[in-house]
Amino acid sequence: MRTAQLADSAWIDTAIKLGNSLGAIAAFLAILLVVFLAAGLAAGRFQRPLAVLVFLGPAIVLLIVGLVAPLIRTVYLSFYNADSTRFIGGKNYGWALTTDSIHQVLLNTALWLVIAPLAATALGLVLALLVERMKHQAVYKSLIFMPMAVSLVGAGIIWKFVYEARDSSQQQVGLLSQLAVSLGWQHPPNWILSHPLNNFLLMAVMVWVQTGFAMVVLSAAIKAIPDEVTEAARLDGARGLKLFWFVTVPMIRTTLVVVLTTVMITTLKAFDIIRTMTGGNFGTQVLANEMYSQSFEQYNIGRGSTLAVILFLAVLPLVAYNIVQLRKERGTR
Amino acid sequence: MSDTAVSSAGPTRPAQPAARPGAEAVRRSFSSPLASVFVIAVTVLWTIPTFGLLATSLRPKEAVATTGWWEMFVHPDLILSNYHTVLFEGSFGVSGGLMPYLVNSLAISVPATVFPLVLASMAAYALAWVRFKGSDTVFFVIFALQVVPLQMALIPLLQLFSGGAHLGGATILPAFDLSGTYVPVWLAHTMFALPLATFLLHNFISQLPRDLMEAAVVDGASHFRIFWSIVLPLCTPALASFAIFQFLWVWNDLLVALTFAGGNPDVAPMTARLAQLSGSFGGRWELLTAGAFLSLIVPLVVFFSLQRYFVRGLLAGSVKG
Repeated sequence: MRTAQLADSAWIDTAIKLGNSLGAIAAFLAILLVVFLAAGLAAGRFQRPLAVLVFLGPAIVLLIVGLVAPLIRTVYLSFYNADSTRFIGGKNYGWALTTDSIHQVLLNTALWLVIAPLAATALGLVLALLVERMKHQAVYKSLIFMPMAVSLVGAGIIWKFVYEARDSSQQQVGLLSQLAVSLGWQHPPNWILSHPLNNFLLMAVMVWVQTGFAMVVLSAAIKAIPDEVTEAARLDGARGLKLFWFVTVPMIRTTLVVVLTTVMITTLKAFDIIRTMTGGNFGTQVLANEMYSQSFEQYNIGRGSTLAVILFLAVLPLVAYNIVQLRKERGTR
Repeated sequence: MSDTAVSSAGPTRPAQPAARPGAEAVRRSFSSPLASVFVIAVTVLWTIPTFGLLATSLRPKEAVATTGWWEMFVHPDLILSNYHTVLFEGSFGVSGGLMPYLVNSLAISVPATVFPLVLASMAAYALAWVRFKGSDTVFFVIFALQVVPLQMALIPLLQLFSGGAHLGGATILPAFDLSGTYVPVWLAHTMFALPLATFLLHNFISQLPRDLMEAAVVDGASHFRIFWSIVLPLCTPALASFAIFQFLWVWNDLLVALTFAGGNPDVAPMTARLAQLSGSFGGRWELLTAGAFLSLIVPLVVFFSLQRYFVRGLLAGSVKG
């Protein structure tokens, strides 16, 4: 009975929440419609400026309030103390560069930044080459790509379960522990707690998520290589690995770099995996999660902002390269 | 960069070329039974963890506590009651189950998809077809804002939502009491989505045929009419790709959710709650896996039913965040 009542009140709650949500959309569209109709009445030389204002205004305001002003303010806050009452110059940056625990964070982040993207891209490239000639390739491709659809929180829980370890007197329920036991390793460690191994186990989750992305993009790039190029190389006697290394790879070099930098950007900013699986404990902390902890758990706004600025500076060249590259490609087509 | 990866928003995508002799050559060079075995092995390896999650969520509590999920092949004893428990009863040491959070996920994701989509398509139209002095500069600035990571905006935005904006002693914006509503989450997602959305939709909208636009102007149609009855209908593919991308991005997001909704059951989505639970109750795997799978159902359904749009949107949006 109690369950039924709980379920009932849950449904009422549901109806109210979804009603609010749809109501907000309806109100938003209604306001737009009214503004459109009103602005549509304007004639003559006011028509164009008014159209620009109505179409572009909301986006510009939101961008200034939500991105431009916060960007400036975060930089400003990074020079202030924990509760932003006292200017302390570069002390927060000094803290970030000299504290041991932050060294560990920066080292972990650097490891993530190099290993996860390289592994995902390399594996994606190999798969892209191999899967093309297989029957039912769409099935393999979508199954490998599937992790990309789920949240990093979901991925974290999926893998936390794989890495689950029990005392060796009990039966293992984690796949990795069971695998270790059946391969003859009687007392496998508690994976998540074993530093520095745990860092690599967490990176494996990121590789699991990103490999499908790399595979799909690189597969498209390989298909786009002109036939003449490969044919000519083959007439010159290039085969197998040689053909791959001296023809295919150079032809898709740009795509390879874009895939690599894209995965790097995701890796730098990902904090979901760490937060879900270890909470940053056991020596697995990374920059994005430390930034969150400093700002919203320790309430040290100065240090949190400083870490955000460091993250921004690290990600800036990667994103800049990436979007310039994409724009260039667009321009040449 | 390759066609599929980049031109996701382009209206004139050439059809994907079928297998051709050149690609065929590379392909043949790699054909061997060993290669097939490798691909199949990776596919199995990539699928097993998710399958294990699903299997565990369907097993009774006692079975999950004592044996691994692979035992279900030997003793198939599958139940659905774990889902009922996590949705309505909880048993997480808190009242109520995950149902409110699941609803919050939906109530957050739909508006946070519609708002940026509409605002960005309006901005993109203005920048592409209502040219004015400085419109190129404005477009470039919006385009460049893609480099700003979310983390740079979180603290000031949270302060703005809770305390208003002040400059010198003057109040620019008063403090709105928005806590306990979805508004901060919607607004934050909308703001963060705008640069990418405007950029992608601009690429699409600016390539609409000029003749069509000019004919409409000659016929005396206002910009509002052109936008509503010509631009939006023609943009449907681009809008659909971006909508799916943005919906899943919001659905899967943890950072914005944690920052602007916290753990409040009135507003926090599934991801925020699951991240908390994952740390706090490792023992009850049959419930945690059921909860996690509930949050995966929506992305998986979207992925398998709208795969083409999904992949396009995702590839185009992969630098977001």
